[in-house]
Amino acid sequence: MELNDLLNHTSEWLKGTGPNSDIVFSSRLRFARNLDKIPFPHWANKDQAEEVLVAIEQAIKKIDALKRVTIFRLAEMDSVDKQFLVERHLMSLDHAQKTNHKAVAIDDDEMIAIMINEEDHIRFQVMQSGFNLYEAWEIINKIDDSLSKELSFAFASDWGYLTACPTNAGTGMRGSVMLHLPALVMTRQIDRVLAAIAKLSFTTRGLYGEGTQATGNCFQISNQVSLGHSEDEIIGNINGIIRQIIDQENQAREIMVSKNREVLEDRVNRSLGILKSARIISSQETIELLSMVRLGCDTGLIKDIDRRRVNELFITTQPAHLQKIENKKLSSQERDVKRAELIRSKLKL
Amino acid sequence: MFCDICGKNAATVHLTEIIDSQMNELHLCEGCARKKSEEMEQQFGLSDLLAGMAEFGKPVKEKEAVHAKCANCGLTYADFKKVGRLGCGECYNAFRKYLGPLLKRIHGSSQHVGKSPVKLVKIAKKKAGDLQDLRTKLQLAIESEAFEEAAKIRDQIKELEQKEENEGKVQ
Ligand SMILES: [Zn+2]
Ligand SMILES: [Zn+2]
Repeated sequence: MELNDLLNHTSEWLKGTGPNSDIVFSSRLRFARNLDKIPFPHWANKDQAEEVLVAIEQAIKKIDALKRVTIFRLAEMDSVDKQFLVERHLMSLDHAQKTNHKAVAIDDDEMIAIMINEEDHIRFQVMQSGFNLYEAWEIINKIDDSLSKELSFAFASDWGYLTACPTNAGTGMRGSVMLHLPALVMTRQIDRVLAAIAKLSFTTRGLYGEGTQATGNCFQISNQVSLGHSEDEIIGNINGIIRQIIDQENQAREIMVSKNREVLEDRVNRSLGILKSARIISSQETIELLSMVRLGCDTGLIKDIDRRRVNELFITTQPAHLQKIENKKLSSQERDVKRAELIRSKLKL
Repeated sequence: MFCDICGKNAATVHLTEIIDSQMNELHLCEGCARKKSEEMEQQFGLSDLLAGMAEFGKPVKEKEAVHAKCANCGLTYADFKKVGRLGCGECYNAFRKYLGPLLKRIHGSSQHVGKSPVKLVKIAKKKAGDLQDLRTKLQLAIESEAFEEAAKIRDQIKELEQKEENEGKVQ
């Protein structure tokens, strides 16, 4: 697989399929693992880091479930390509910086992504469209079992998988669900909901992970606790919380549709109008407007635009994607023009 | 915070267990606490156990902690406090005393209950198998009044159990 092949492919998290996909973009599980006795990436010398990289690359190649995975060494990639992978949620922003002895491995479907020498020696994720953590668990559990036959992981019977940061020790598992919650934001209930989530040891982040602001009414909710509960329990806890949030968002949507229909129709159609006619548009404004159009699709106010097409625009209008599509470096001003062009062409009826 | 033993109920009882002058904090639900204190009562006096409630939450001696160093990777506890990352898997053992309470603060528990690497699962099963075999043999030896043989098997079992216990700690 070549990186450019991904351009013609819809990211798993944007397919708009799967359970509750009118509210849930995607479900993701990520495991953190380290090789026994070898210093963690931040503490390893060059030889040790390279040793880890080679050992994991070789293990990946031996595993059946990872047959369709392509490994990319980050030191050999240009900055646009790295950003492109970050925008597609295939690696973290952190991983794209200081790239020596680092790699990312991705399967054709973009369902599986593996980061080598990020904060831990190996962090791998399985992403599913919609609200579907159990399916992700089935897949990632098998990959983990296979990897643990090839590699000797740092593990203690009482503290589980040993990670660079003690906040990930135990299962080493982080489950994240990406939600679209425009109605909770518009009815000003979101702060209350997020505060309640925080009390239950769950974290909320924006579209692009750690430290990013929520944009386009997108919220990524993850478990904070990884030790003392089994993977099953953790997934069950996340599912319980997400189900409640889905219910609340649905209620808020119903109220808006039944009691504030004009306001909602106005917001949705104005947003669509701007997207269809703008000649210069920033990525921030794009995402805010796309969020409204998506709400329009999901509530049936917009009937002639497919949700998947809107979803795709969330990502193809990002800076690195625009530059990959145009196949050249673009300044910020040039991007704003190209972005508007792309949106107009995709939303033309 | 959840109970350290069952992991299901809220921990309402906080005990300090002292084994070989090592202090262990336990956070338990009432049901598990009752069972645990019965168990511990046989080893110590009950008053010793409940005194632990006062000890709960006492910070570890920082001076001592700062000088602790991982023999495998050379990271000191002071380094860890500075960067917030450990140096290698062995660090968890080197700083066991200080990390236990820290893990408990972060996760509300310091007992892993999730999956294990496949290799380890196999070893654990094999060992359990060995012990099982020996226990059966012991039973047979006693029944057939082969006491010399039985004594030998009993020593083997003890040795194996001891070994597993130690490995469990190191692992
Ligand atoms: Zn209990
Ligand atoms: Zn170490």
